[in-house]
Amino acid sequence: MSFGRMHRKEDARFIRGRGTYTDDVRLPGMLYGAILRSPHAHARIVSVDTGAAEAHPKVRAVITGRTLEGLGLAWMPTLSRDTQAVLATDKARFQGQEVAFVVAEDPYSARDALELIDVEYDPLDAVVDARRALDPDAPVIRDDLEGRTGNHIFDWEAGDRARTDALFERAEVTVAQDMIYPRVHPAPLETCGALADFDKVTGKLTVWCPTQAPHAHRTLYAMVAGLPEHKIRVISPDIGGGFGGKVGIYPGYVCAIVGSIVTGRPVKWMEDRSENLMSTAFARDYHMRGEIAATRDGRIQAIRVKVLADHGAFNGTAQPTKFPAGFFHVFSGSYDVEAAHCEVTGVYTNKAPGGVAYACSFRVTEAVYLVERMVDVLAAELGLDPAELRMRNLLRPEQFPYVSPTGWEYDSGDYPKALRLALDLVGYDKLRAEQADRRARGELMGIGISFFTEAVGAGPRKHMDILGLGMADGAELRVHPTGKAVLRVSCQSQGQGHETTFAQIVGQELGIPADDVEVVHGDTDQTPFGLGTYGSRSTPVSGAATALVARKVRDRARIVAAAMLEASPDDLEWAGGRWSVVGDPSAGKSLAEIALAAHSDLELPEGIEGHLDAATVYNPPNLTYPFGAYACVVDVDPGTGQVKVRRFVAVDDCGVRINPMIVEGQIHGGLADGVGMALMQVMAFDEDGNHLGASFMDYLLPTAMECPSWELGETVTPSPTHPIGAKGVGESATVGSPAAVVNAVVDALGPYGVRHADMPLTPANVWRAVQGRPFRTDLAIP
Amino acid sequence: MQVPATFAYERADSVPHAIALLERYGPDARIVAGGHSLIPMMKLRLAQPEALIDINGLAGELGRVAIEREGEGEELAIGALVRHAELLDSTAATDLFPIFRDAERVIADPIVRNRGTVGGSLCQADPSEDLAAVFAALGATAVIQGPGGVRTVPIREFHRGPYETAVEPNELLIQLRVPVRPGTGSAYEKVERRVGDWPVAAAGAVLTVEDGVITSAGIGLTAVGAEGFHAPEAEELLTGRPPGAEAFAEAGRVAAEHCEPHADQRGPADYKRHLAAELTRRALTTAAGRI
Repeated sequence: MSFGRMHRKEDARFIRGRGTYTDDVRLPGMLYGAILRSPHAHARIVSVDTGAAEAHPKVRAVITGRTLEGLGLAWMPTLSRDTQAVLATDKARFQGQEVAFVVAEDPYSARDALELIDVEYDPLDAVVDARRALDPDAPVIRDDLEGRTGNHIFDWEAGDRARTDALFERAEVTVAQDMIYPRVHPAPLETCGALADFDKVTGKLTVWCPTQAPHAHRTLYAMVAGLPEHKIRVISPDIGGGFGGKVGIYPGYVCAIVGSIVTGRPVKWMEDRSENLMSTAFARDYHMRGEIAATRDGRIQAIRVKVLADHGAFNGTAQPTKFPAGFFHVFSGSYDVEAAHCEVTGVYTNKAPGGVAYACSFRVTEAVYLVERMVDVLAAELGLDPAELRMRNLLRPEQFPYVSPTGWEYDSGDYPKALRLALDLVGYDKLRAEQADRRARGELMGIGISFFTEAVGAGPRKHMDILGLGMADGAELRVHPTGKAVLRVSCQSQGQGHETTFAQIVGQELGIPADDVEVVHGDTDQTPFGLGTYGSRSTPVSGAATALVARKVRDRARIVAAAMLEASPDDLEWAGGRWSVVGDPSAGKSLAEIALAAHSDLELPEGIEGHLDAATVYNPPNLTYPFGAYACVVDVDPGTGQVKVRRFVAVDDCGVRINPMIVEGQIHGGLADGVGMALMQVMAFDEDGNHLGASFMDYLLPTAMECPSWELGETVTPSPTHPIGAKGVGESATVGSPAAVVNAVVDALGPYGVRHADMPLTPANVWRAVQGRPFRTDLAIP
Repeated sequence: MQVPATFAYERADSVPHAIALLERYGPDARIVAGGHSLIPMMKLRLAQPEALIDINGLAGELGRVAIEREGEGEELAIGALVRHAELLDSTAATDLFPIFRDAERVIADPIVRNRGTVGGSLCQADPSEDLAAVFAALGATAVIQGPGGVRTVPIREFHRGPYETAVEPNELLIQLRVPVRPGTGSAYEKVERRVGDWPVAAAGAVLTVEDGVITSAGIGLTAVGAEGFHAPEAEELLTGRPPGAEAFAEAGRVAAEHCEPHADQRGPADYKRHLAAELTRRALTTAAGRI
């Protein structure tokens, strides 16, 4: 009744400019914070003189690392069980690191006062190139950690090394390729920030902050600052995009809280664009070497991967604790391989912390890019059509549920059907014929395929937690006497449209219009505990909780309806949105009728207290595994290296679609992300560790001009474990599309013998690839 | 939040008033028109002028595009305060010189083009400025007014280096004048990483052909370290020759040889030099086709 296309309930306020973002919240007596940041990537801090700033007439407080040391807050734990400086005390470890915090009567004075702080730095050599981080003579970045003599963070492996190596030894064909998935940034329109209000009388701290995980923030503040958790309220208002960059706690949030405690007034801090790009969570930065072992007729037998992971100056990736490389070990992808093995080494560099952001599904992005590039490298080696090679190796529908060589249990899928549909939609054979014609005329055209399997909806709490907090989500559903409902969930939308889709789930389960369901989220005082919105987990986890809590309400309604109908609950059936007596559909009661009765003087059976309200917690039995087949067509100008994306076909299977319009919108956004990463986005660093992408003039986001009119298709394979058969979709297109674009460009460059080129494929990079003289895209262009 | 440092603000009500204000505030004052380069630099505190002198009220004096008689011939006069969007919409300018349409369509984005001005772009003197190459190719003349009156400077001598022009601290660029010649075609070719970006490299070409022979060739180059944003050696090579693919390719090669591009995140020097040749060749070819 309620699934299907409907306009987003949120749009009424967003398109009228009536959303309320953190920066829109104003409190009486509010002060403004600004952060002084290190201009150096690596420098010892000799002294910090705040005298002149403190003398500024509008300045109310200047907080430094020393101030925080006195409070035991100079360092905070990261989500990866490392520590991160809130304000630097001993050293600055990346350009843009937080050094001091000024609180002033207005934002202009706060900014002016930053220039009055005199910091003496003793610059040190910076570790910029991740491949040099483990050199014996590399400067040690984390000399704050006891016993630390190098920049090594972790080694981690998955899969069966012996079996994989044995298959490689016997293989008829092997291919290998080095590739970089460069450092990128989610760059949400709304930057990060916080408004902290500590009430000295009640002892209550309220923090407005665009966080994707309000409950996790509350618990972490309690653990870190020692504040009692019931005295902390985190309010995440409307969020202008998150993409994973708003999961963690940033030093500025802690500074705003300390600022409010110190001054006794509310303190708001909002970062600017450059601060956002330089200091908040980056994504990717994986240096990978992939290998495939195969038979000469194109049967993939084994995949082997080595990764050097650049984690920046503090290991602050936001991911389930037991997985230091996230879900990267899903890299065997959509293929029926006998064995697979990966080794990942994490290193510190003089760059901002982060690593898991930008719609990556805990690094499934990197995994999909790796395997989809490798399959094309193999196709080139074997002289096989890349679509045909994929078709030969895709998992078959009868293999599901399928346990992968690295231990994932894929829930459901019909992969060949999705790939066939994508090839049909794009007109693959015709395009290959056109390509041959154009090549004969010296024109460069390429067709790229990628097939992805996502792993989303973290996750089963026995395997997945963040700092010990299991990844299960609560939901509460209240039904008013007139049959209108209020749903309270722990996750927090950053544009996903939860107020609409979650209302649709309740509507579907209870036979009421979605417009009769209000969704409350983002306020920890108003909602049950849960881990938040990232990794495409909202629908798989909180959406499942929503369906189940609605079913609890429905079960309670059944008992009430039985009393109303003077029948046994066992004799009732749920049909057409009503409980009715089996065989007599005319004698039925709608939810609204039952709700009123539940609040009335109706005599209820023993054991029923009245009302219909219910609560639940959903601990997912497995992840969900959406998948898709993408095809991209590009034209490349051989004289300039410019790439034009001519067409992009995306066939997505995310199980049951609650609101197809929202699904398509998310796919559109993710495809644009893919074009951006493949062709223009990158955060490179020069040899001194200067950030070369710290503004939107240097860090390029794609526009409508670079995006073709997206052509979407769908197949629907319901998830067998999710109560409504849905799978997450928010990150699918971001995960799946970069490989399709890169494969298309590399395909176009086939006549030059090019087998690989690293993202972003800017005109210069493409031209150099054609010449066989590629440059490192993660460093300054020499 | 990015906010500029404190500055004084004055609104000029005439060109002489603007010049008087420049004299009053001295070299740390800046003229603001569209503000699309200056204000971001101020917000990043890369620029901290003591005073801004706003000339946006002077459209009556500085905002015209017109064809004017000049001696025996005609000149296209473009006021310094003409917005990019106005130049793009001016058929008087773009019919005579399609190079304006080519270039203005790829300068920044429509929002910037609605505010940004021709004079501001030239006076900012960014080494990657598109219009610097366009006016250099056109052989334009800059008209500059100061306390002592009006003077003219050939555009190829207008730019003195990165972010430096012939305009003195107490002077104002008021107009650009472009000679109109029959038998002329023009074009602009730009490679950018993304729409709205500064050029990786760009080339403009203006060709006048009489009786099958090139009588005048203008080649403008930007973002590739071409002195004065033009390519005199390549222009000389073309003059007196019939237009043709071989001549254009050679002109491109010669133009590229005389560039001094620097590597940055838009590309390595060798690529930019390659583009100087390739885009010069393409612009010349298109310009010849438009005669």
